[in-house]
Amino acid sequence: MTAQAVTPTAVSKRARLWNRRQRTLAAIGACALLLITLVFGSWLIGDAGLNPVLTQRNQPPSLAHPFGTDWLGRDMLSRSLHGMSLSIQVGLLAASFSAVIGTGLGMIAGSFGGKIDAVITWIVDVFFSLPHLVLLIMIAFALGGGTKGVIVAVALTHWTNLARIVRAEVLQINSSNYVQLSHRLGHSPFWIAYHHMLPHVFPQVLVGLILLFPHAILHEAALSFIGIGLSPHTPAIGIILAEAMRHLSTGYWWLGVLPGLLLLLAVKAFDSLGENLRVLIDPKTSQL
Amino acid sequence: MQLKRLAQFTVRKLIRLVLLLIAVSLFSFVLVSLSPVDPINAYVGAEMLQIGPEQRQLIAERWGLDQPMITRFWLWLQQLGSGNLGTSMIFNQPVGTVIANRFQVSLQMLAIAWLLSGLLGLGLGVLAGAYEGRWIDRTIRFYAYILASSPTFWMALLLLIIFSVTLKLTPICCAAPPGVLATDVTLGQRIHHLILPAVTLSIIGVASIALHTRQKLIEVLNSDYVLFARAQGETLWGIIRHHGLRNILLPAITLQFASLSELFGGAVLAEQVFAYPGLGEATVQAALRSDVPLLVGIVFFSALFVYIGNTIADLTYQIIDPRIRIGGL
Repeated sequence: MTAQAVTPTAVSKRARLWNRRQRTLAAIGACALLLITLVFGSWLIGDAGLNPVLTQRNQPPSLAHPFGTDWLGRDMLSRSLHGMSLSIQVGLLAASFSAVIGTGLGMIAGSFGGKIDAVITWIVDVFFSLPHLVLLIMIAFALGGGTKGVIVAVALTHWTNLARIVRAEVLQINSSNYVQLSHRLGHSPFWIAYHHMLPHVFPQVLVGLILLFPHAILHEAALSFIGIGLSPHTPAIGIILAEAMRHLSTGYWWLGVLPGLLLLLAVKAFDSLGENLRVLIDPKTSQL
Repeated sequence: MQLKRLAQFTVRKLIRLVLLLIAVSLFSFVLVSLSPVDPINAYVGAEMLQIGPEQRQLIAERWGLDQPMITRFWLWLQQLGSGNLGTSMIFNQPVGTVIANRFQVSLQMLAIAWLLSGLLGLGLGVLAGAYEGRWIDRTIRFYAYILASSPTFWMALLLLIIFSVTLKLTPICCAAPPGVLATDVTLGQRIHHLILPAVTLSIIGVASIALHTRQKLIEVLNSDYVLFARAQGETLWGIIRHHGLRNILLPAITLQFASLSELFGGAVLAEQVFAYPGLGEATVQAALRSDVPLLVGIVFFSALFVYIGNTIADLTYQIIDPRIRIGGL
């Protein structure tokens, strides 16, 4: 029918192995496994690699040290894993706060409409009209930086997209017959929001939350990299990359390249997890 | 008639801008008031131990810090309204001057990055859409997929390692060679120094526009009018030129102007890595060294920058697509 149709042989070749649903489930499983490893891996390997071993300074990647060692002889792989774990935890916490704000405001805007809706939509617009990073820097600065500053800054700036999605969804449900009927039966907006909206909006929020993670983690890393995020003594991934920048001209490329690759991998894994979950949850695509 | 609509459009845009700026000023005022940064300590700096409580009291009175918050906000707003953004503490110059100087340095880099990512993204998107499903499409999609979420500062580090440290093709930092007076820097040197930051920003900016263009072109190529054109013997590139581009260009331009906000954020990170003395680097300095007037000034400036970008996007619609009239906006 269209140019995008895959040739029949290609389809049957794939279908023999796994169908699409199985492939989606496999992708979700693989991403989840990878992320769990990243978060808990640092507990398993312990602090062994974090101690300075001055005889093994500035070693390029090898079998003993896959990510090389830094200028104090610390193993970069265990430093990166600890940093990644910390960054993911900070990102998860901030993104979860953000999702709560986004869902709450989106549902309020959609259910009440009128002036409340106009005000919330306008606030979302204001947030969209400032560069994201400038906003993050401003909020993190106002809170005096540190872990608290990063978490609050990321939580306060990532809810806008989700609020828009939830609002649109709620507006749509609000005009449906059963909600209209519920209004006529005398149920309060809160009752309707809880019993009719929440179950409908929940899958969207779940996917939206997971797709927030990569942004939250990247922005946490960016803030720490600039120096207004986590303290320089914590081994966060942004701190590791900022340190690598100082040793750049000496030619120790592994200090910056490999931890960054790990960050990219984690971000992509969250991305892929969210997208695949969306395919699975969305009734339009889940049966394909 | 046309003129009246244009006037209405302008007035509406201006009202929105004023509302936005009021919101931004309220927002920054509340944030700064809540912050643990004590304005007197920040002002006095290292001589903090040499002044007594009486002197602190005097400074607070002189600055109106003993007034309630609403009065202070109102006083500050009056100053802002008359164009006084205050004095930057780290540069010891009026904030307006600092922003103007810094933005000039950033502007060349931003402009190159913006144009490059727009053209490259459009080109790659058209290529991927035209050869949908082939290896070239897969390569471009893979590239966009990876680039869409790679951290800007890491990409900057990577390029620095490859081109400056290993190949020694580009300078490792700054906007001019060290030890050369600002007036003596030649155009060639300046371009040499801004090429890597600009390339960093554009290879990241390419991803979203390429994917959007690809999607849009596939939609166009599957339409009935393209089928008809094919039946008449039009070639693929003829179809893209006569039917595709017009339909692709509109969303691409919107997207590209909307990306100004991300470009600005990316510039903050890229300038930090390349030690490029632009507005982004000033933002980081202001935040790290508690220069509140400069930081607030930059927040205002960036809001204005993004707003102007979006307004230009709205205006270009009408030039490209005659179906959209000003009255409809």
